Amino acid sequence: MKNLWFHLMPYKELPDDFRDRHESVWVDIDPGLLDPNRAHVMYNEFMDELEYAAEAGFDGICCNEHHANGYGLMPSPNLIASTLARRTEDAALCVMGNSLALYNPPIRVAEEFAMLDCISGGRLIAGFPVGSPMDTAYAYGQNPSKLRERYYEAHDLIMRAWSAEETFAFNGRFNQLRYVNVWPRPVQKPHPPVWIPGGGSIETWRWCAELDYVYCYLSYFGYKLGLRTMQGFWEEMDKLGKDRNPYRAGFLQFVGVAETHEEALRLYKEPAEYFYGRCLHVSPNYVQPPGYTTEATIRARVQSQVAAAAMKERSKQTKGGGFGGGATTWEEILEAGYVIIGTPDEVAERLREVCTTLNVGNLMLLLQFGNMSHDLTKYNTQLYAEQVLPQISGLFSEWENRWWPQPMAGAERRAPRQVAA
Amino acid sequence: MTGERSLRCNGAEVRVWAQGDGEPVVFLAGFGGLPKWIPFLDRLAESRRVIVPSLPGFPGAEGHDRLDDLSDWTAATLEILEGATEGPFGLIASSVSAPLALEAAAMQRRRIAKLILIGPFGVHDERRHAIDLWAQRPGPKSYPPLLCAHPERYAALWQKPDDVDEIEWQVMEIRAREAAARYLWPLNDTGILKRAYRITQPMLLLRGTEDRLVPRACLERLQAAVAGESLIQEVPEAGHLVELDQPETLAGLVNQFF
Repeated sequence: MKNLWFHLMPYKELPDDFRDRHESVWVDIDPGLLDPNRAHVMYNEFMDELEYAAEAGFDGICCNEHHANGYGLMPSPNLIASTLARRTEDAALCVMGNSLALYNPPIRVAEEFAMLDCISGGRLIAGFPVGSPMDTAYAYGQNPSKLRERYYEAHDLIMRAWSAEETFAFNGRFNQLRYVNVWPRPVQKPHPPVWIPGGGSIETWRWCAELDYVYCYLSYFGYKLGLRTMQGFWEEMDKLGKDRNPYRAGFLQFVGVAETHEEALRLYKEPAEYFYGRCLHVSPNYVQPPGYTTEATIRARVQSQVAAAAMKERSKQTKGGGFGGGATTWEEILEAGYVIIGTPDEVAERLREVCTTLNVGNLMLLLQFGNMSHDLTKYNTQLYAEQVLPQISGLFSEWENRWWPQPMAGAERRAPRQVAA
Repeated sequence: MTGERSLRCNGAEVRVWAQGDGEPVVFLAGFGGLPKWIPFLDRLAESRRVIVPSLPGFPGAEGHDRLDDLSDWTAATLEILEGATEGPFGLIASSVSAPLALEAAAMQRRRIAKLILIGPFGVHDERRHAIDLWAQRPGPKSYPPLLCAHPERYAALWQKPDDVDEIEWQVMEIRAREAAARYLWPLNDTGILKRAYRITQPMLLLRGTEDRLVPRACLERLQAAVAGESLIQEVPEAGHLVELDQPETLAGLVNQFF
């Protein structure tokens, strides 16, 4: 199975009383809370951590896109990925991803992803999220009622732009371009693997199956809640006649490893409480813009017993329908399964169980979360790479992974100039 | 007694209610549309022919997802108004339907003889920050106090009848919000001020004194931009949906102006 190291890049110095004095960490977060000089330090530490993870042996490193967000300092993941393309050698670069409807014209995504694939020698995983309501509808002002239609059209345009053998005109419902001719084109043919982050929408599951894309359930609420969603995903694959190849799916999990269980309890308490207490303090006003959720999904959610149970559980955990705001104390966080902690053996055993139960071949790991320090992040990453990863990397070896980057041969690749330390 | 018929607009069914006799007046409902007939329309129908077509995506009509921009919505509104009644008529539009009424009035100055707008969206005034209609806490409790000075009236309007499927009732309410957002997102500003020079009809601009969504400044900017005579009047003890909060007073104002 594949272990991918995922960074959210949280702003690590939100005040202790953030929940009490501020309405939301997202959309209208107080700009006065951010010190650009501190952000300079954080960005460089974060990128060091991603590079460290690549050197430590993780199969891939991931970044993602958020806007006006205190827990995600990456409005442009492509900027981050471009530096990683130069400073890493073998790890897959998983940009998870570009919210297609936010790019005007969407061929900007085709161009920048193609650049990343060329610079990295064919190591890009192209993530195409619809984007969260907070990012798309509120921070970027996109009409939530047209977001998915725009998203699908942008997807079609990008895929055609990557494969077209000559310049073409695109006369879409939302995009009109007289000359589409993307330079450069991706190294990977016919295109980089496409992974789709989703939140449990049946339409997205079907779409992934139809186009043979990887579906990634990127929840911050751990494997217990994720189980119901992934069960729904695999049941839908069964209905569509698709095999249960675990590499069709990805799953996000927070993990903290230490020499002893007691040490793990001590080390990861503060960063976890920081993340779930402050980083997920999102105003419920920004969670459900009209039209963001399709009528089909609304009906399915109400009608489906499985999904209804998941909603009930989620509602219970989020105390009233907000984005976060559920478990915020260390005991609650552990009980709910948001974070898996322990010794390397304990974590490996738990993750093996999680990946087997959920049947996911792409495990996306948050080994830095909340205000976790640079040193603790490296410690967590090193322990995982050296003592957890070897125990679980052989899982699912009987399956073919058709959704992983196919880079250029090493001899064909040009190494970047070495910079003196 | 209320009559109901349907017409087709752009391939979708549209419900048209009518009641009363006399000079025709068309009412376009506000935020959420009309899942039921309301007392204000009864009062109005005592002396007039009241015609109430639904707009696409609002209760009683489909097809909002085929309409992308304001041109699409304006064409659909004109089509529905043509199908709803013949000859000149007075047009009343509340809340989110007011921007479409303004576009229609700018295009059909002879047919739309007079205009009454209630808490009209369509103009954003950045100096007066109103509550964001589109950023509300999920659940049934958010909207009634936001829309009405008497929240129980909005809640009663959306009380599900026993013989209606609960899921479909919920979907209808959610769809109506989406339909309005489709042409008003994100600031509820349609750019009507650039076209208001074509609005020459007499116009009454009404606003509940407790309207938390549309500041008086928006009405004043609209009044300054239109070419015809216009009057602004505030209705006491009324929120955004004056037709729910003060049906008697509103019917009186309509009869006085028309």
